[in-house]
Amino acid sequence: MQTSSSSMPLPKRLIGFFAVMIALTAAVAVLGVILGMVGSFVSNGGGGVTWTFLTEFPRNNNTEGGIWPALAGTTLLVLLMTILGVPVGTATAIYLTEFAKQDSWFARSVRFAVNTLAGVPSIVFGLFGVGFFIQFMGNGLDSWLGTSSFGDGSLLWSAATLAVLTLPVVIVAVEEALRAVPRDLREASLALGATRWQTITKVVIPNAVTGILTGSILAVGRGAGEVAAILFVGVTYSSESIPTAVTEKFMHLGYHLFVLSTQSPDVDLTLPLQYATTLVLLGLTFLLNLTAILIRSRLRKR
Amino acid sequence: MAKDLPLKIETHDFSFFYGAKQALHNITIGIPERRVTAFIGPSGCGKSTFLRSINRMNDLIDGTRVDGHMVVDGADVYSKDVDVVTLRRRIGMVFQKSIPFPKSIYENITYGLTLNERRSKSDLDSIVESCLRRAALWDEVKDRLHNSALGLSGGQQQRLCIARAVAINPDILLMDEPCSALDPISTGKVEELITELKDTYTIVLVTHNMQQAARVSDFTGFFLMGSLIEFDRTRTLFTSPSKKETEDYITGRFG
Repeated sequence: MQTSSSSMPLPKRLIGFFAVMIALTAAVAVLGVILGMVGSFVSNGGGGVTWTFLTEFPRNNNTEGGIWPALAGTTLLVLLMTILGVPVGTATAIYLTEFAKQDSWFARSVRFAVNTLAGVPSIVFGLFGVGFFIQFMGNGLDSWLGTSSFGDGSLLWSAATLAVLTLPVVIVAVEEALRAVPRDLREASLALGATRWQTITKVVIPNAVTGILTGSILAVGRGAGEVAAILFVGVTYSSESIPTAVTEKFMHLGYHLFVLSTQSPDVDLTLPLQYATTLVLLGLTFLLNLTAILIRSRLRKR
Repeated sequence: MAKDLPLKIETHDFSFFYGAKQALHNITIGIPERRVTAFIGPSGCGKSTFLRSINRMNDLIDGTRVDGHMVVDGADVYSKDVDVVTLRRRIGMVFQKSIPFPKSIYENITYGLTLNERRSKSDLDSIVESCLRRAALWDEVKDRLHNSALGLSGGQQQRLCIARAVAINPDILLMDEPCSALDPISTGKVEELITELKDTYTIVLVTHNMQQAARVSDFTGFFLMGSLIEFDRTRTLFTSPSKKETEDYITGRFG
């Protein structure tokens, strides 16, 4: 802007100046909001995050004690969600990039579905979870197996619901990673008499593994903070124990925060716990993102 | 012209289409065994498309179609019962850009070998050595076989790609402008290699460089706008071409 401004008429220079100032202000504001938010949680909640807070059960109507069952529940949920969702998402992305004819009716429908799925509000996924997983699959399994453990909200159905919710993130990230593998490498492999499948497993995936991992971790981060989607499918506000089976209900950090701040007889009493819980939730998300960044930079170096 | 030589690749009225666009028009040619055949012509004339049709690399592009016959060793490459993977194992290919896999030098050579069968370490060791020797690369890399192939220079990478193609023991080597990204010294080495390899392989070479075609090939075909204008012994084609278009091209009047 500086180099050419001298020859420009004054009004144009003014417009340019204000445009830059507005953009700069916006950037500073974003940084300020984030720093303010994190700073407030750290200063208000930092003292509350102690070893006992992390490892104890809540006591006295959630006004005392720790968050251990919520922390464990969230971890188990995220693990199970990853196991269920990432392989399906990766397989779909492999199909779309490696096998489908790009303009075929089927590939286009799948892409359209993925894009639509990405825009659906998470509460709708929760309702879908009730209808499809609990009532259709759960009750179906129960009557088939003669059990009564699947037809109710549980860790399993919550993880499945979240897996569907994060599917678009995984698919898009993995697709991008696969597309970034040069076409030449595939051709070189095929020209050496490799089948398509051998080419995918020996050349394409090893070269895309960074993108696949980071995409998966970002999806996991998205799923870890999600509350609305699991409201009806297995989360519980209080639990005496850590789940030992996937059919049990579980506590969750995000939901626990909601419970602390709205469902307590004395909300002010739970305020320190709310701050500390928020900080843990933020820390967890941050940790996941950090892992993604570290994996990316380490694999890039190789 | 080449009637006295056994033919390795023959086409009859071979045409190729990208969607509605016809890229090759009724190509009829007989490529002799264990000779170097070069294809020259301006960009977009169809010479690379023709080369990639021989081992069916064009199958990878959606919406392509062929017409006529492409025969390798007496069998039609495009007939329904042909297994493309088996076909490609008999036809090695070297590309314009040297594209080693981001693996070690050793693994690059053994890639094609270990796809379908287990081989003993000593077997692989000796094949790696002989292929690298064939590609005149052994002395330069023997002390760092397990280092990444991406650490090699451009010329070394291209010779590694030739060694990799030779490793699966094909009869035919297709080379798609193998020297276009190389400096003159590396080009000289690759050309020397081509001359040595023709005792064992039928080599088909696409090149932008007419001098290169003249130096290394026994036969040369001139492509123009998807048609094979002329095909003859290299010396004949360059010294007394029978078609006006060929003469115009090799004397630099266009292209």
